Amino acid sequence: MIRRIFFKYRFWLLLALMFASQLAIVGGFFFVIVADRDAAQRELFEQLLLQRAVPMLLLALLLVSAQAWALKALIGRYLAPMARMAEEAVLLMSNPGYRIAPTGAREVRELGAKLNTLATSHQRLHDDVQAKIEAANAALAEERNRLAALMSELAQGVLVCNLEGRILLCNSRARKLFEVAQGGAARAAPVGLGRSVFGLLERGLIVHALEQVQYQLQHPEEGTGPLSVFVTSLNEGRIIVRAHMAPVVDNERTMNGFVLTLDDITRKVEAEIRHERLQQLLTHETRDMLANIRASVEIMQDFPELSEYKRQQFIGIIDHESQRLTRQIEDADRQRAGDHGGQWRLEEMRGDDLLALLLRRLDNAVLDDDARAGGDEGALWLQVDSYALAHTLTYLAHRLTHEKAVAQLRIGLRRVGRLAHLELGWSGEPLSADTLRSWENESLQLSVGQSDVTLSSVVASHGGEVVYQFDPAGSMSYFRILLPLAERRAPVDIGVLPPGRPEFYDFDLFRQSGQDAALEERPLTALHYTVFDTETTGLHPADGDEIISIGAVRIVNGRMLEQESFDQLVQPGQFLRPESTAIHGITDAMLKGRPRIAEVLPQFHRFAEDTVLVGHNAAFDMKFLQMKEAQTGVRFSQPVLDTLLLSQVVHPNQEQHTLEALARRFGVDIVGRHTALGDASVTAEVFLKMIPLLAEKGIVTLRQALDAAQQTAYARIRY
Amino acid sequence: MARKILIVDDEPNIVISLEFLMQQRGYEVALAHDGEQALQRMETFRPDLVLLDVVMPAMDGYEVCRKIRERSDWNPVRILMLSAKARDVDVSKGLALGADAYMTKPFSTRQLMATVGELLAANT
Repeated sequence: MIRRIFFKYRFWLLLALMFASQLAIVGGFFFVIVADRDAAQRELFEQLLLQRAVPMLLLALLLVSAQAWALKALIGRYLAPMARMAEEAVLLMSNPGYRIAPTGAREVRELGAKLNTLATSHQRLHDDVQAKIEAANAALAEERNRLAALMSELAQGVLVCNLEGRILLCNSRARKLFEVAQGGAARAAPVGLGRSVFGLLERGLIVHALEQVQYQLQHPEEGTGPLSVFVTSLNEGRIIVRAHMAPVVDNERTMNGFVLTLDDITRKVEAEIRHERLQQLLTHETRDMLANIRASVEIMQDFPELSEYKRQQFIGIIDHESQRLTRQIEDADRQRAGDHGGQWRLEEMRGDDLLALLLRRLDNAVLDDDARAGGDEGALWLQVDSYALAHTLTYLAHRLTHEKAVAQLRIGLRRVGRLAHLELGWSGEPLSADTLRSWENESLQLSVGQSDVTLSSVVASHGGEVVYQFDPAGSMSYFRILLPLAERRAPVDIGVLPPGRPEFYDFDLFRQSGQDAALEERPLTALHYTVFDTETTGLHPADGDEIISIGAVRIVNGRMLEQESFDQLVQPGQFLRPESTAIHGITDAMLKGRPRIAEVLPQFHRFAEDTVLVGHNAAFDMKFLQMKEAQTGVRFSQPVLDTLLLSQVVHPNQEQHTLEALARRFGVDIVGRHTALGDASVTAEVFLKMIPLLAEKGIVTLRQALDAAQQTAYARIRY
Repeated sequence: MARKILIVDDEPNIVISLEFLMQQRGYEVALAHDGEQALQRMETFRPDLVLLDVVMPAMDGYEVCRKIRERSDWNPVRILMLSAKARDVDVSKGLALGADAYMTKPFSTRQLMATVGELLAANT
């Protein structure tokens, strides 16, 4: 304020200041002359002054005018032009074509000219850089267009996702496939960038395939790249899709995403099923009829003394059976596929890999040394639907453990002639025939809405048989799945990708696209956060579990704002699982009449607007939020930090990273554990204490924190 | 004393042939048309050999075989499976469940008679 006033009246103020100081000097002279003189001398002096008053005043006026003129010139020719030039210099920065107009004194004009010379070279440099950027952009755009053209030309659907299952790239064929699968564009869940692939494909299958690919990455084999194949049906089996999953790896060969190529094989499968059916008819039933004919003919040949009655009987059989055969073949041609055969789900797999997979799945199983994979004759190959097979054995193991109190299972795979025996052994009482039959024919609940998959049907789809045997010697029981061996095909040379990134993906897909880059460069201490937690009906969002409570607090400027919290119970569309009530203590009665999620999510979305989300094991909560994206149209696209992962970053040597363990480690009091709001505020306090520890590790910005979290071992999909 | 053979099959047309063949060879024959009946005949007829079809409604031949093998007093009984199921896994399963021989349909009657003879000879 004062500066502004000074600036505006600086001429008058300076002039006044100069005049005042000169006046003070003259006054001082007079005082020196007059001091300690007697009265007569003072009077004389006063008279002298009065007599010369007019010329002295004129002189003083002249002096003031001269000074005013000089001051004016100084300001007008030096100060003002320099101030203007300073402003113009700022303009030069943003507009390199701008030039300073030379005004003012010669020296000032020279300074301006020098600045203009500098500006010219700056402009040249700027134009140069700009040209290079444009060239690079053009090359990038060309590459992108080429990729886009290539992708749209592809007969397959292509989805590129990060490890969380977010779609980073999607071609029109894939979009079309899912639209058709979901009954037209209007009803379809949006297939777009940043959406979750789990809204489109069965989660279990993708997680299974991811595990396969990751296992192959860790156990690389000559000649084949890591690849997993699975088959799934969309829209209740109306569309059948074969998917190939390949990993996207970074320079360190760690996987940070995956590519899914999708083939619509519905027609192919239908044709195959018809073919399979026909073949089945022509083998099974035809064998029966031929047996009847052949036996009759052979009897007539071998026993010429046959009575006339018997002879007529056998001729009757031959006639009847040959007519049946004719009808059979005609029917077979007309036959339409009724259900799925299943052979088309099979992928080629090494016995060792299958065993390793099963051992990972069955936590109470040990490898049976007598029934190792392969044996002396080298690697054993099978045609399997490893997902279904793993499910089947998990199912058996579950029943044995829970109903027959079996503590440990032995699992093995061995070659027996042209077959492989996949064996599950345990000791205990033999199983009754009724138990066996019920276990074989009960639905495995393999995927949502598919209830016809049973142990029998899985084994049948492998062209196999299952045998139960009891060995009284060691009171050992065995389930043996007999499977035909596969001929190992030579690996198809699809051209193993060179290490590092393929050049088509040079634009950085694995940074959350559409996110504010500037935000990610900001330090963690400067961001605003919404720390949240949810309680749910159960642990399986894909199986219909839902949110029943959301709690959240805000962190602004490094402080938790306790007065600004979000705490809301939600009435779910289903009942609580009893085991979940045991955890959070919420009962169905407490939820009655509460608002629905469609009402609550938009409120929470507004509460969390323009903040970074923080949660403990946030992937779990985010999954529940994502499940409701389609229904509510509310999408949480902001960055998410996970204290579970960050804890791994700051304390990589600690084993425990549960919220309790973190609270203990950081000395945070636990209040209201297992209420959404209680857990959210514990998480917030823990998170605040983590920020300085992260900084010690060189993790200062949001980007760095997100990257570090992604790299930790926990950054895999768990739910 | 004549050896006893139990024929288990739901197809009358093959039963006629099988019955004829076995009687010609001088065996005593009993018939069963399904699994339940087969197990009853096992008790009453006490056969030396069972000609067992696999594909039958309700209880199939595999299960009949398993139930026969569960009874130690029926241990000496020979089981010959006759089946239109002809894959390696089917044959393996039959033998694993305790069948002594497995013949796929259509079969040669001469081969069948030879096998029956061998099984009964081994049993004496």
